[in-house]
Amino acid sequence: MRREGVNRPGRPTRLRRRQEYGLGLLGVVLAFGVCEIVGRAGLVRRSYLPPASEVLARAAELAGDRSFLDGVGATLWAWALGLGLAVVIAVPVGLLLGSLPVVDSAVRVIVEFLRPLPSVALIPLVSLLLGTGTETEVALITYASVWPVLFNTIYGLGETDPLAKDTLRAFGFGRPSVLLRVELPATAPFIAAGIRISAAIALILAVATELLSGFGEGLGIFMAQASLATDGTRDVLAGVVWAGALGLVINGVLVWCERRLFPWTPERRGSGA
Amino acid sequence: MTLRLDALGQRYGDHLVLHGIDLTVPDGQLLCVVGPSGCGKSTLLRTVAGLQPASEGTVTVDGTPVTGVPDQLAVVFQDYGRSLFPWLTVRDNVALPLRRRGLARAERRAEAERILERVGLDGAGCRHPWQLSGGMQQRVAIARALVCRPSLLLMDEPFGSLDAQTREDLEDLLLEVHRTDGATIVFVTHDIDESVYVGDRVVVLSPGPGSRVVLDLPVQLPGKRDQIGTRGLPEFVELRAEVGRAVRGAQGYPTG
Amino acid sequence: MSEGQKDSRAPDDARTPTPARSALSSHRPDRSAPSATSARDAHPSHLLLRLLVLLLALAAWQLAADAHGSVYFPPPSRIAHRAYELWFSGPVRHLFLTSAAFEDVLPSLGRMAAGFGIAALGGIAAGVVVGRSRWAYAVCNPVLQFARAVPPPALVPVLVVVLDFGTPMQITSIAFSAVWPVLINTAEGVRNTDPLRIDVAAVLRLGPLERLRFLLLPSALPRIFAGLRLSLSLSLILMVFSELLPGTADGIGFTLTDAQSRSDLLTVWAALLLLGVLGHLLNTALLAVERRLIGRGRTTP
Repeated sequence: MRREGVNRPGRPTRLRRRQEYGLGLLGVVLAFGVCEIVGRAGLVRRSYLPPASEVLARAAELAGDRSFLDGVGATLWAWALGLGLAVVIAVPVGLLLGSLPVVDSAVRVIVEFLRPLPSVALIPLVSLLLGTGTETEVALITYASVWPVLFNTIYGLGETDPLAKDTLRAFGFGRPSVLLRVELPATAPFIAAGIRISAAIALILAVATELLSGFGEGLGIFMAQASLATDGTRDVLAGVVWAGALGLVINGVLVWCERRLFPWTPERRGSGA
Repeated sequence: MTLRLDALGQRYGDHLVLHGIDLTVPDGQLLCVVGPSGCGKSTLLRTVAGLQPASEGTVTVDGTPVTGVPDQLAVVFQDYGRSLFPWLTVRDNVALPLRRRGLARAERRAEAERILERVGLDGAGCRHPWQLSGGMQQRVAIARALVCRPSLLLMDEPFGSLDAQTREDLEDLLLEVHRTDGATIVFVTHDIDESVYVGDRVVVLSPGPGSRVVLDLPVQLPGKRDQIGTRGLPEFVELRAEVGRAVRGAQGYPTG
Repeated sequence: MSEGQKDSRAPDDARTPTPARSALSSHRPDRSAPSATSARDAHPSHLLLRLLVLLLALAAWQLAADAHGSVYFPPPSRIAHRAYELWFSGPVRHLFLTSAAFEDVLPSLGRMAAGFGIAALGGIAAGVVVGRSRWAYAVCNPVLQFARAVPPPALVPVLVVVLDFGTPMQITSIAFSAVWPVLINTAEGVRNTDPLRIDVAAVLRLGPLERLRFLLLPSALPRIFAGLRLSLSLSLILMVFSELLPGTADGIGFTLTDAQSRSDLLTVWAALLLLGVLGHLLNTALLAVERRLIGRGRTTP
C-alpha cells in the first residue's frame, strides 16, 4: 500500500490511471508550450532555435520522406547489428567468467580498465583502422554495448540459487547441464536487463559516429548535414525528436518483452513497497 | 493531557472504517484499545496523531481541536525496523526530535544518552539500529518517543512483533515510564492479556466496517503489577474473560 | 521475520533485474557490477593474480607488436612513453605536467567537472522537487522519459548553433546529457520513501529541511548514486564527443582528432590510455564516495 505522500498523509489514495495519463499529457503540453514560447520570444535567433510547432511539423513531414526513412533504417540496421554482435560476444564470455571465478578475477583488471574508457573516444582510432563506413559504426556500437550485457551476465550467474544447482547436481547432472537448465534461465532476466541498457548505449554510439563521420546514410548523418546548412536547426531538432522517439520505442519494446518473458522476477512479486 | 473524541468517524471513499466513537481519556490515564485485526485501531491512532483528518466528528486535546500533529505528542509504531532511521546511529535517532527544541548538539547528545540509559540501552548509542535485536530496537523507538517528554503518548501495537519474554520486559518498562512520567497513553493492541495487564482502562472496538466502542472497562487490579503475580489474580482472569468475550462476540454485543 | 532487515536489504533490491514501472530500474542491474567485485577485491591473492595477468597481457601485446611492427598497434612501451612525453615530462614546479597537459587535459577535466557538477546538483534538486509530489511526478514523467531517451550526442549540433563552439557549449552539452539519469533516479528514490517513515517525520515534527536531510535524501541515496554513476559515464562520453567535433581548439578529444588527421597513431593510443586511466579513476572515486555515504548503516552485518 502506498500513500499519497508527504503533504497529504492519510488515506491510501493513489492517482488513478486516467488521472496519471491526463497529468502526463498536461506535462507534455506544458513542455511543448515552453519550447514554443522560447522559440518565438526571440531570445535566440529564430533560425537558431525554431519554435516547437515548426520542429514537430518538420518531424512529421520527415515521416513521408523516403531518403530520410532510408537513413533511419540504416541507423537502425547498424544499431541492431552492433547490439546483436555484442550479445553474441558478451553472453558466452559472461557465462564463462561467471562460472570460473578465478578467470573472472584475473581478467577483471583488464575489463575495469577498458570499460570506463568513453567509447566515443575510440571513434578516431577505429576510423583510421576501418575507414568511415558502417564497419566502424558497428564495431563501435558492439564495443560499447558489450559491457552492460557482460557485467549483468556475470552478476546474474552469481545470483543463481545455489539450492537449485545442488538439487540438479544431486540428481547426477553434469556441469554443462546445470549451466543450461538452472543457471541460464536464472540469469536470463539479468541478461535481458543488460541488453536494455546496451540498447540505449548502442543508439548513442550510432548517432555519435554518424554525426562525426558526416557522409553516407543515417539519422546522425542527416542531422550532421542539416547542421551545416543555414537555418538547418529545425531539421536537426526534428532529427532529435526522431532519435528520442526511437529511444523511447526501443526501451518500451524491451521492457514489454522482459515483462512477458520473465514474469517471475522479484520486482513483480510485489516486493517494492 | 485530556484527549476527547466526539462522534469520530473515518471513511475511505465508500468504505466506512470507524463510526460514532465517543471517548474521553483523562489526563494521565493509560488506555488500551483492543479489537480484532482490521477494525480500524491504527486508523484511530493516526487520526488522534493528526496524521489524517477525521471524516466525521472531532478530536480535541486539552480542548483544542486536532488539525495537525499536536504538540507534546509522541508515537511508537509497531514496525520499529522501518520507523527508526537506519542511516543514523541510535543516539542520533533518539536525539532527532530534540532539534526543534533549539538545544546545542552536546545537550542533545547528553539528553539522548540519559533517556537511552533509562530504557536500558546505556552504551548502545554509537551503534546503528540494525545492529540491535528487535526488542532493543523497540526500546530505541520508545526512547525517541520519550525524549521530548510527551504528555500524550500513542502506541500502535508496539510489542506485536516481539517474542514473549521481550514483550513482558517492555510491558514492565512501559508501566514504569507511565508511573514516573504520568503521560496520557493510548495503547493499541490485539492482545487481550496485554491490554488488561498494561491498561488503566480497556476499550474494545467492534470489527469493521464502521467500528464502534463495544466495551469500556476500567481495570482495577490490587497492588503493583508484576508479570507472574498479576496475571494469576482472579480479578485479572475475570477482566480478561470479559474483554475476551467482548472481542469475540463484538458483533452483536449490546453497546450498553 | 524481522522487519528490521527490510531496509538493510534496500540496496540489494536495487539490483533486481527487471524493470517494472520505475524509470530507475533500467539502470539498476548495472550497479551490481561494482559491488560484485568488491568481495573479491579483498583477497590479496586475487590482487596479486590480477597484477600478474595485467603484466602478462602487456608483455604479450609488447611481444606481438614488436614482432609485427604494425603502425596501427604500437607496443605499449611506446604508447606509455608517448603519453609521458606529451603530458608528464614537465618541470617539477608544475608537478611534472607539461604545457600540453595544461592546455588539453586540464580544460577537458574542468569542463567535465563543471558539467557533471551542474548535472548532479541540478538533477538531485529537481529530482527531490519532482519526487515529493505525486502530481509533479505524473506531470513530468513523460517529458523526462523522452529527454532521457534522446541519445545525448544528437543535441550537440543544436547547442553548437545556439552557443557556438567553446567551453559554454561543451559544459552545457555535458550537463544537459548527464542531468536526466540523476534527476529521474532521485525522483524515484524520493518517491519511494517508506510512507511509515514519512509519518514518523511528521510525528517528530521535522521541518522541511530536516526532513530532506534526515529522511528523503538518505533513503534515496542508493538510487541517486545509481543515477550518478550513469551520469558520470555520460559526462565522459560527452566531454570527448564535444571535443571531437571539428571546430574545437583544445581538450583530449581535440588531441585525438588532431592526431587522427596527422595519422599519428601513437598519440591516438596515448590519448586513449589517458582517457582509460582518467575514466577508471573517476569511477573509483565516485564508488568510494558512494561506499562511504551508503555503506554506513545500510548493509546487513
